[in-house]
Amino acid sequence: METYYDPQDLPKFEEIGKEAPELARKFFEYYQAVFADGELGEREKALIALAVAHTIQCPYCIDAYTRACLEKGSSLAEMTEAVHVAVAIRGGASLVHGIQMRNIAGKISL
Amino acid sequence: MEEARPIRAAEECWGRRLPRIEPFRQTLARHGLELTRGETTTLQVNVGLLCNQACHHCHLEAGPDRREVMKPETGDAVVAFVRRCRVGVIDITGGAPELNPKLGRMIKSLAPFVPRIMLRSNLTALRERERDSLVDLCRNHRVAIVASLPSLNEAQAESQRGRGVFRKSIAALQRLNSLGYGRADLELNLVVNPTGAFLPPSQEQTARRFREVLHKKWGITFNHLFTFANVPLGRFRHWLERSGNLESYTASLVARFNPCAVQGLMCRTLVSVSWDGYLYDCDFNLARGLPLGGRKIHISDTDHLPAPGTSIAVSDHCYTCTAGAGFT
Repeated sequence: METYYDPQDLPKFEEIGKEAPELARKFFEYYQAVFADGELGEREKALIALAVAHTIQCPYCIDAYTRACLEKGSSLAEMTEAVHVAVAIRGGASLVHGIQMRNIAGKISL
Repeated sequence: MEEARPIRAAEECWGRRLPRIEPFRQTLARHGLELTRGETTTLQVNVGLLCNQACHHCHLEAGPDRREVMKPETGDAVVAFVRRCRVGVIDITGGAPELNPKLGRMIKSLAPFVPRIMLRSNLTALRERERDSLVDLCRNHRVAIVASLPSLNEAQAESQRGRGVFRKSIAALQRLNSLGYGRADLELNLVVNPTGAFLPPSQEQTARRFREVLHKKWGITFNHLFTFANVPLGRFRHWLERSGNLESYTASLVARFNPCAVQGLMCRTLVSVSWDGYLYDCDFNLARGLPLGGRKIHISDTDHLPAPGTSIAVSDHCYTCTAGAGFT
């Protein structure tokens, strides 16, 4: 079945540089620098990326960072907890807007 | 003794070559490299394929049903060879070497002639009470224990090594620590293999993390930790095929070919002797049936280690050892 998402597209990512090579070069250099060992280790950065990937629901990113997390030594339990962090923030962000609902309802209610 | 067989027989057993994979030999040539032996310092002795576990990543398909165990006379031939040819390290492997009833005798016989003996253990075989005397023997002869522990996560460790293995492994490590293993003079080293079709994590970072977590959770200490990629041979290859991961896993090994790793490969300084006494460039070539020098030579029929410069038999599984930092 044809879908908009194709796993074979992921290795073609660098082709995005064909029309704007300088912008792509800057982006990929920045990207590499972001994920290099720094104050946070590569393993921790991959776990953050996995959580963000779930927040933005990007299947390419979920594929890439599931593999990256495993290759950097994270366990499935740690990865699942990282996903829950994303879920909690995402859910919490919705829920905290309930205060707006309450404020508005309070303002217009007797 | 069996007749010497040409390498081609092993190539036929290997089955189809995966599409889009450049042959390893060709990749070496493209980088202007040749894989030849350096000075051989280590004799790896595979004392049998019998094992109390049947790990899913085992390239030798070792397990409880295997009957291939090194016989005492082959063990004696190994000791005689070591007396003839000086080697710096004996690396005892299996299967579970502990299940070879003559292991203790072999260690005692080898100890006076080699400065260092290593015993590769799955930990659960070493943990059995009847092996206490073997552990004492290892301690007395300062045998370094190299133990498999693929993950700090119970479910993942057991997905590779079988149910119940994780807790037994932790208990075995604690017992080894209580006997003095993990100190400078009694080495306890860990080996981490990935628990699936992905490459191993950085050795340095994994060592740091294992050291911290094992000590914090279970009070365990160890000396060194090594991360090794799984070789797409034997039981692991069958799983890769069944799960549809063979092509992508092999492609990931090929993509991470590191020409700089070739110089330091383990096979350049090691000779592996199989449970039945034949010589190979490494344990993976043993699993593949690629004998040293292209024909089967029994350890009792040779009186020398291979000379520096001798060619090493290669095939596509060699991409495992040249991926990333390499298998050194």
